[in-house]
Amino acid sequence: MSEWQDQSEIFNGTADTALKDARSADGNDRRGTTAFVFGDELADIADRDPRVAVLTADLARSNRAVDFQGRHPERFVNVGIAEKNMITAAAGMASCGYVPFAATFASFAALLGCEQIRTDCAYPRMPVRVVGHHSGMSMGFYGTSHHSLEDLGIMRTIADLTVVCATDENHLRAVLRASMDHPGAMYIRLGRGRDPEVYPTVPEIVFGRSIRLREGSDLTILATGSTVRPALDAAALLADDGYSTRVVDMFTVSPLDKDEVVASAAATGAVLTVEEHNVTNGLGTAVAETLFEAGVSGSRFKRLGVPDEHVILGPPAALYAHYQLDATGIATQAKELMR
Amino acid sequence: MSLSTVRPATAAASPESLAQKAMFIRLETVRLSRIAGAGHYSAVFSAAELLAALYYSELRVDPRNPRDPGRDRFVLSKGHAAIGLYPVLADLGFFEPALLDDYTRLGSAFGDHPDMKKIPGIDFSSGSLGHGLSVGFGMAMAGRMSGADYRTWVMLGDGELAEGQIWEAAMSAGHYGLGRLRAVVDVNQLGIDGFTKDVMTVEPIAARFESFGWETRRIDGHDLPGILAAFASLPDADRGRPQCIIADTVKGRGVRRMELSPDWHVGNLVGADYDDVVAELSAGLSDGGTPR
Repeated sequence: MSEWQDQSEIFNGTADTALKDARSADGNDRRGTTAFVFGDELADIADRDPRVAVLTADLARSNRAVDFQGRHPERFVNVGIAEKNMITAAAGMASCGYVPFAATFASFAALLGCEQIRTDCAYPRMPVRVVGHHSGMSMGFYGTSHHSLEDLGIMRTIADLTVVCATDENHLRAVLRASMDHPGAMYIRLGRGRDPEVYPTVPEIVFGRSIRLREGSDLTILATGSTVRPALDAAALLADDGYSTRVVDMFTVSPLDKDEVVASAAATGAVLTVEEHNVTNGLGTAVAETLFEAGVSGSRFKRLGVPDEHVILGPPAALYAHYQLDATGIATQAKELMR
Repeated sequence: MSLSTVRPATAAASPESLAQKAMFIRLETVRLSRIAGAGHYSAVFSAAELLAALYYSELRVDPRNPRDPGRDRFVLSKGHAAIGLYPVLADLGFFEPALLDDYTRLGSAFGDHPDMKKIPGIDFSSGSLGHGLSVGFGMAMAGRMSGADYRTWVMLGDGELAEGQIWEAAMSAGHYGLGRLRAVVDVNQLGIDGFTKDVMTVEPIAARFESFGWETRRIDGHDLPGILAAFASLPDADRGRPQCIIADTVKGRGVRRMELSPDWHVGNLVGADYDDVVAELSAGLSDGGTPR
């Protein structure tokens, strides 16, 4: 699949459908594609749970809410291109007993809808799940208006809001299932729906508790969302060079698993955070705050993310390589940190 | 989600008794403002008759069961009028009236804007203008999804209609044909910086809502028989046009120095001024509420 096709499917979904069908025919069951399973998984949950409702803002094909719509049309609401209305309406529905999932591009959910998330969802502790998909710079050459490299920083500043990054398909399934009985509002950050596999089966998860994916003694890489897979691949590259690397999936950005952060720093003496987000105020900043306040001294530390700039144009894979957020880049940064 | 229908808290009340309740709302607003040292007097005074008619005659709510899933919903989108709503809820028995004596004090449940997590009878927290109609849209959609027959009421201010989200919500409610969603616009003519017509034109309100697929009624918002008649004329079916009652009111109504005065959006009455205003309010509205 060329990068051009990769990008057009973000909007029109036709490539999604073709790929989905092709993979199904292969018996591969759409593995490794978070966006493909979003609507189906919620429809499965809705089969047994009457509280589920789904809202979107003219992006049902992009986020596959259309799959939910097909199976539960009476619990699907498309508000058109009106994200603020969508998020506040979800809060109104939540006050009447529903657990609404309101999905749109992360840039619009978290930046345009920030005040609605704060005031109407988090503050009254409504069980709204704002789902921001195509997060980070995964929309590539669509540019800064469609990037969300600030959303984690904004969302983690809001009280009474659980902030979670889905890692891959199976992890997203786990997040959606666990969210049904999680109190209060959530921001769920998704990648571009083309997220390589980290979890071969649906993992057991607890919000606020990280998942240690690889043991190591020289360095800890704390990653979230789209950077978990390349972090694991970087750890393999580092192993070839003789470094033993612990890798932790910090899928809950708020509240942060502080115990694991402190324990990892103490155990390995070096911490590299990796995120598809502005280095300011995201996972790396949260980890830095934790380490400093815990008095962890002598630990080498670096935040790897997008520098504090509006990113250059390019297809996503090229951007990840440019900003050293692919496996090679992460390994390079890790070696510099340990030098 | 099976839902029962809650009957009105109070059987249809007479205009005379509702006028007494409106006076009570104004007097309580003055009393509570003194506790806080400042208050949104005038935005309550414009809505006093509307609030009285809603809570003492129209809304199907049960103070003994404030979370009844079948109750009518009320969203005070102009949340700064909460100081006038609290006394009504206390009077109806949603909570102990004495709790209001700590209005706005450290740790109180009762602030300038209402908090649904702390106050029985508040169906949704508000304060940031422009959100309430979206909340109501969501509540009405939830009612449709669950097969309930409750009505959702949203009170808006005229200045608030400059918020774009209002029209996102109006558009979506019209699109989905939510027949049990009802907006009440308190057209009290003033915002903080002056007359709404000078700051930002929101008229023609009726034509604008109608163009979004709503049914409208335009009434004198201080005329209780007219308010009750307008409420009684509204259809009550899930599928249909949402309805908007446009109530022409006078900001500060009931206290001459406050009426249509931009100086009284937030104020503080002290000393003899306080006594004068209480005396003036206690005499009731003199002219039946004709806008000046």
